Amino acid sequence: MSYESLKNDSDKRWQELTKGNVPWIRVSDAMCCGSSLGSDEIIEVLKTYSKANNLSINIDTVGCHGLCYAGTIIDVLLPGNPRVFWGYITPDNVVKTVDSYITNNKIVKQNLLGSLGEESIKGVSNFTDLPGVKYQSRIALKNSGNIAFNDIYQYIANDGFSGLNKALNSMSSGDVINEVKNSGLRGRGGAAFPTGVKWSFMANSNGKKYILCNCEEGDPGAFNDKGILESDPFTLIEGMIIAGYATNSTNGYVFIRHGHEGPIVRTEQAIKQAYENGLLGENILGSGFSFDIEVSLTGDSYVAGEETALMESIEGKSSRPRSRPPFPAAYGVWGHPSTINNVKSLSYVAEIIRNGSEWFKSTGTESSSGTAIVCLSGDITNPGMYEVEMGLSIGDVIEKLGGGIPGGRKLKMLQTGGPLGGVLGSDSLKVKIDFDEMAKAGAILGSGGIIVVDDRTCAVDLTKSLVAFCQYESCGKCFPCRLGMTHLLEIVEKISRGEGKIEDLALMNKIGKNMQAGSLCGHGQLGYNPISSALKHFQKDFEECMNGNCPTGSCEKRNIVFPINTRPNAWQAKTGQVYQGKIKTGTGDE
Amino acid sequence: MSEDYKDEYILDIIENQHYTTHTILSSLLTVQDDIGYLPKNSINVVAEFMDVSINDVWGVASFYLNFRFDPPGKFNLEICWGPSCHIGGASELQQTALKKLKLENQGDTDDGKFTLKFNTCLGACPQAPLISIDHKLYGKMNSKKFSKIMDELI
Repeated sequence: MSYESLKNDSDKRWQELTKGNVPWIRVSDAMCCGSSLGSDEIIEVLKTYSKANNLSINIDTVGCHGLCYAGTIIDVLLPGNPRVFWGYITPDNVVKTVDSYITNNKIVKQNLLGSLGEESIKGVSNFTDLPGVKYQSRIALKNSGNIAFNDIYQYIANDGFSGLNKALNSMSSGDVINEVKNSGLRGRGGAAFPTGVKWSFMANSNGKKYILCNCEEGDPGAFNDKGILESDPFTLIEGMIIAGYATNSTNGYVFIRHGHEGPIVRTEQAIKQAYENGLLGENILGSGFSFDIEVSLTGDSYVAGEETALMESIEGKSSRPRSRPPFPAAYGVWGHPSTINNVKSLSYVAEIIRNGSEWFKSTGTESSSGTAIVCLSGDITNPGMYEVEMGLSIGDVIEKLGGGIPGGRKLKMLQTGGPLGGVLGSDSLKVKIDFDEMAKAGAILGSGGIIVVDDRTCAVDLTKSLVAFCQYESCGKCFPCRLGMTHLLEIVEKISRGEGKIEDLALMNKIGKNMQAGSLCGHGQLGYNPISSALKHFQKDFEECMNGNCPTGSCEKRNIVFPINTRPNAWQAKTGQVYQGKIKTGTGDE
Repeated sequence: MSEDYKDEYILDIIENQHYTTHTILSSLLTVQDDIGYLPKNSINVVAEFMDVSINDVWGVASFYLNFRFDPPGKFNLEICWGPSCHIGGASELQQTALKKLKLENQGDTDDGKFTLKFNTCLGACPQAPLISIDHKLYGKMNSKKFSKIMDELI
């Protein structure tokens, strides 16, 4: 099928949906805002409602608007009217909310968020005036919340796959790499390496080559990768195919943690629809280029998100990092050249190709083009997943989008870039969201998670939970990390109990240095970060805790039980089931 | 318990796994998804199927924290203790669960009714603190709400 006929077909369907005679209800449902609050039941209730009243209604599940605090959000589009949004919807209040609007054109004011459309409704504010919407500039998430995650035609009608069509028809693979290079797109997974440059390492090798998309995302506080896959998996797939074309690759893997059903099911469904429409497989859109994508799952392991550990996991082994060199671009998954990109990085690619590198370069800051998808959680009034232009200050994100700290309390700490990213003090509000600016301030933007912590929490208490996380998730390959993290946790727990000594600080520093020098991957190398950054800003908290006077009392009050673990894991060792079987001689994994 | 599942049955599951690329990990995930745990003989069957040594399979099975080797409890209760949930009050939920289930740490209750697991991140941080029951997430939890849910299940 040609792109033009696909587009025509999709436009017709979209016209029918938006300009037809049937109301269209969109229920926002992603892990972060809907499904943890019962959105699947809401959809069931709506279906029953339309059936019982003999109403013809289109009901679709769409992705996240970013306003996770107001979940579940639904909106109704009546023929000839703007979209009307309500928040805080539950299975109990959904019918009450939509019924009078659908049957009587009367808008229920309770939980009303606003309207969106060319015309406005008298007495109803604009949805785009909500701070959580106004200060967002959406590129990777532009379809999120607007199109159904399971309908490729809605995606195509909204310019989907036009970037791919442009790349395949009017650009060489070198052109695509140059375009991405010029756009200044940098990896959103943590290292911030220029994506175009990464691709160019792959361009000169032949044979089977892999594009790997990393959605392991075990970072507490970050949920934007899963958010993209749940809201609009097609954007990622288009980006991956373009990456495949640019590097002349043959296969792609989307790598997700087992158990995250939402992202897994929705990505698999999107891949299937892309195959059915000739957008994946042999001879894509008649261009002669062929590309395959499949989903690969990993078990519970945080380190599986590290690029070489990820390749081990795809091969079905334990996800322990490999030593480099050889680098993935030379020897990757199954020994073939591979390039690994984060979900977010790949989700910008289609828009960059469609609108040109100059357009992308003009957004954001000099050194960090484009947007950042910031995940706000913790002690914050309006937690959410906000896509903001690079260059906005952290303070603006917290005050304007997040609505500040609730209950009149004061900001104390910020935890950015995942557990290894470290802790910032309240003096960091002026720091701009930008890869280099944040690095200068001693933090990493990383995956975009910002956990806001107010003055009820002691720095030792927060550090303890971060160190416990890193201890629990060490893969155990490098002993400085395996033993070092355990030792660090012991010391921090001791300090938290009020039994620490001032010499412990020097000891932790020594262990941290050893871990940095003796570990293969970032987990061990950065494992001391949570402690060193907390000490930099809050050494006073540590000293007070040592004397048994936790400054906030949270060390004592939060009696948390950490599951201590050293792989192979204690959970199994406890059951006493050590396997004693016949050992079959085998070579394993040639 | 493991004798309940014949080798042929397990082989049938892994031969029909829905993953396109068959690996040790994908086979083990398939077995656990179907049976709920990895019976003893499944290690051998996967080794045979993948043509690798038992040690290779056992290495993978003991590495990933989601695999278990005995039947799980009737209810699979997970409590998130990631930093967002921690500052939101996850420790209270943990204490409530431990007290009600008479456990000291994560594990199975004696009556086989509950499997309690402390998860590092359930992935919906804006709704912290979170728990999951049989993989369904429940957000914005507090100890009162949680106690009520627990009492209903017990």
